[in-house]
Amino acid sequence: MRGLVAVLLAVITGMFCSFVTYLPEIGDVNNAPNQHVTPSYISRSVEDTGSPNVVTGVIIDYRGFDTMWETGVMFLAGLTTVLLLTSNKVGRRPEEEPEDPEEGEVIK
Amino acid sequence: MRQGFGGIVLSTAFRLLVPFSIVYGVYILCFGEYSPGGGFQAGALLAVGVLLSRMILGEDAKFNVSGKNSVVLAGVGTFIYTFVGWVTLFGGGKFLEYDFMPIVMEPKHEMHAMAIFIIEIGVTMCVMMTIINLMDSIIKRGDDDGSIE
Repeated sequence: MRGLVAVLLAVITGMFCSFVTYLPEIGDVNNAPNQHVTPSYISRSVEDTGSPNVVTGVIIDYRGFDTMWETGVMFLAGLTTVLLLTSNKVGRRPEEEPEDPEEGEVIK
Repeated sequence: MRQGFGGIVLSTAFRLLVPFSIVYGVYILCFGEYSPGGGFQAGALLAVGVLLSRMILGEDAKFNVSGKNSVVLAGVGTFIYTFVGWVTLFGGGKFLEYDFMPIVMEPKHEMHAMAIFIIEIGVTMCVMMTIINLMDSIIKRGDDDGSIE
């Protein structure tokens, strides 16, 4: 079973590596996004978004929904880390028992 | 770390550094539309200002956000962003369609610029308070263990 999984993984990796070479080159003029989307963003972003910076216009106006969830993901990640770090039970040593039973208040 | 660890040298040096980083953070926030920058970078710079002043002066620092306030404000920052989306939705447009902001300005791209600025304030608040939160919780953990005095 493990051998089968290894062979499958090897085949998938080989296919991935061989198919990557058929991807279009970065910055190719004949590529589909460079034909329509990028020129229209560059030419229209100032009158559409009112921002002279194209990057700001794209990430907050055209792609605002994406940035909203980026902010949400970051807030949730920070909140989770704070909850884990300030909780009393994760990753701490247990409290030491009092050695003398007469000094401890609870005696069973 | 209720008391800071700054001596006279550190206090004098950070008295120069802290206002510079805060002013630069506000500049990056306000000029994010015109130059490279924006909410995320401005939040990081403002958080650096708060954390440096807290490290030097301890809890007595003037420019300080501490305790549960920072957690609440991080949520408020995220809420501001989503709230702009809901405002445009109730104004008759789609979610985050800035043509339908309640503030009427002519020409229309001025409304877009206003919405972008409000959103960047929200992003800045979220990033700044998240960084302060992380530092706060680590410091608190060290205080409770007694390993860092």
